[in-house]
Amino acid sequence: MTVVPPRPASRRSSTGNWLLLVPALALLALVLGIPLIESVVRSFGTSTFGTPSTFTFANYGKIFTTSSTLTILLRTLVVALVVTGVTAVLGYPYAYLMTRVGPRARGFMLTIVLIPFWTSALARNFAWIILLGNHAPVQQFFAFFGNPDVVLYGTATGVVVAMSQVLLPFMVLPLYASLGGIDRRLLLAAQGLGSSPTRAFWRVYWPLSRAGVVSGLILVFTLACGFYVTPALVGSPQQSLVAQLLGTETNQLLDFGGASALGLFILVVTLALVAWANRVGGSISAIGAVSVEGRR
Amino acid sequence: MALTDDVSLETRAIPGVRGPRRSPRAVDRIPAWLRVVGVVVAVFLVLPTLVVIPMSFSDSTTFQFPPIGFTWHLYGNFFSSPVWLQALGNSVLVALLTAIVATVLGTAAALGLNRLHGRLANALRTVLMIPLVAPSIVVATAVYITFLQWHLTGTLIGYVLAHTAISLPFVLVNVTASLGSLDPLLLRASTSLGAPPARTFVRVTMPLISRGIVTGAIFAFVTSFDEVVIALFLHSPTFQTLPVQMYNSVTSEIDPTISAASSLIVVVVTLAFLVPQLLRRSSKTTRS
Repeated sequence: MTVVPPRPASRRSSTGNWLLLVPALALLALVLGIPLIESVVRSFGTSTFGTPSTFTFANYGKIFTTSSTLTILLRTLVVALVVTGVTAVLGYPYAYLMTRVGPRARGFMLTIVLIPFWTSALARNFAWIILLGNHAPVQQFFAFFGNPDVVLYGTATGVVVAMSQVLLPFMVLPLYASLGGIDRRLLLAAQGLGSSPTRAFWRVYWPLSRAGVVSGLILVFTLACGFYVTPALVGSPQQSLVAQLLGTETNQLLDFGGASALGLFILVVTLALVAWANRVGGSISAIGAVSVEGRR
Repeated sequence: MALTDDVSLETRAIPGVRGPRRSPRAVDRIPAWLRVVGVVVAVFLVLPTLVVIPMSFSDSTTFQFPPIGFTWHLYGNFFSSPVWLQALGNSVLVALLTAIVATVLGTAAALGLNRLHGRLANALRTVLMIPLVAPSIVVATAVYITFLQWHLTGTLIGYVLAHTAISLPFVLVNVTASLGSLDPLLLRASTSLGAPPARTFVRVTMPLISRGIVTGAIFAFVTSFDEVVIALFLHSPTFQTLPVQMYNSVTSEIDPTISAASSLIVVVVTLAFLVPQLLRRSSKTTRS
């Protein structure tokens, strides 16, 4: 081997670095790129199969003019907002508590947050079918308080309960990362200066935690909008959400043009929300890193 | 790792206090109601997982909770049914191939990106993370329509391609994290001692980032093994995975064997995540 002069060597290794990216990018182009580009083409076409005949916005127009689609979009929005609210209300105190307890209890609490990650998606949904069904524990719980008719299985409320459980870790982990960085001495200082603990919390702690809250809210809302399996299994066809509509249009109605337009609409809304979350708090990869760190 | 850093920062924020866990607590108590909320949320998080395993030993033919009696017969059903066994075999095969392909492609991409800077590299980094944030139903329907034309639905290669795409971000994140703690001086030392790049990679880089690679591979395996939405669209009567069979057993067949399948998946996934922990422990003991 001859001694290689440093300059060309580094340039060659830079080309090598770009080449290392090629296989992964090629696979993504094949599996995501081409299908999405084809989706865009189909969404502006009139025919269902083959090449589109004429250019049209009809598939997009249909999303906002069909009343059943609008009802489903509205229901999805409400369910996603309620789920986001529930996870925030449950997740904030939990994440806050995690920053307060000792290291051993914190490890235990973190493990508990990660359990839904570890439990298979179908096993979890199956469990919720059991828990929310007729004569099931949740119904017996309500019957104990004099409401024997509460059967949540097959209702939007049941879907909200199951989705909140599945999405809670996505609220707790970013919140915990953000709350852990807040200096608690600020709270003690506020109280030392005569503020009540409640007032100190709302005037000092809450504003400092807002970035974590916002990124958690956006993350959960985004994920909730695209949920397919839980509403399909725990809910009912009469209460379907937008993901189920997309599924039905694709493999039952075979309305590929309409499905493409609806799919791209969901994708654009999702990516816009993620880009917003990027500006407010952690980047996509930071969110990924949180869930990955969590799952370890 | 990022999480523990935050924690130590917080502890360090109280200087000069001995046993920082004890003294501030006297001034700054955790209210009792907060502990109660914590317990309630914890129960909510673990409840479904706790339900699944006892259900698999139920003697009842309906999905009734609490389960009645104790029997292994649902497991007997599972391991004697050709449909369930075929689905399990397909899932393991798809997940193994996905783990191999995603780990190779993801590790190569992470190595390349680790040494690249600038706008294009950042853009590509984001592109590679898109499968993590794109809703799986959108990916599933778009991939389904395209794969129909390519005759890839219901095929092993179709499943592996789609699952590799959604597993790549997990490999990328894990390998990138372990590359971050790699000392570049070691690579320079290896090169200056005359090792060609391939040899430096095999002898120096790979052993040092092996934990990231193994963790990434496990993530890819679990992501594929547990994937439902894309699998529901790609499946055919002759080729379906375990989650698809479970989905059908709830929606159309009401087959209680799903209880046994659920418990098995929970156990397999838990074991998959415990493997690196055990490896870490054993490597620690051999070092000391």
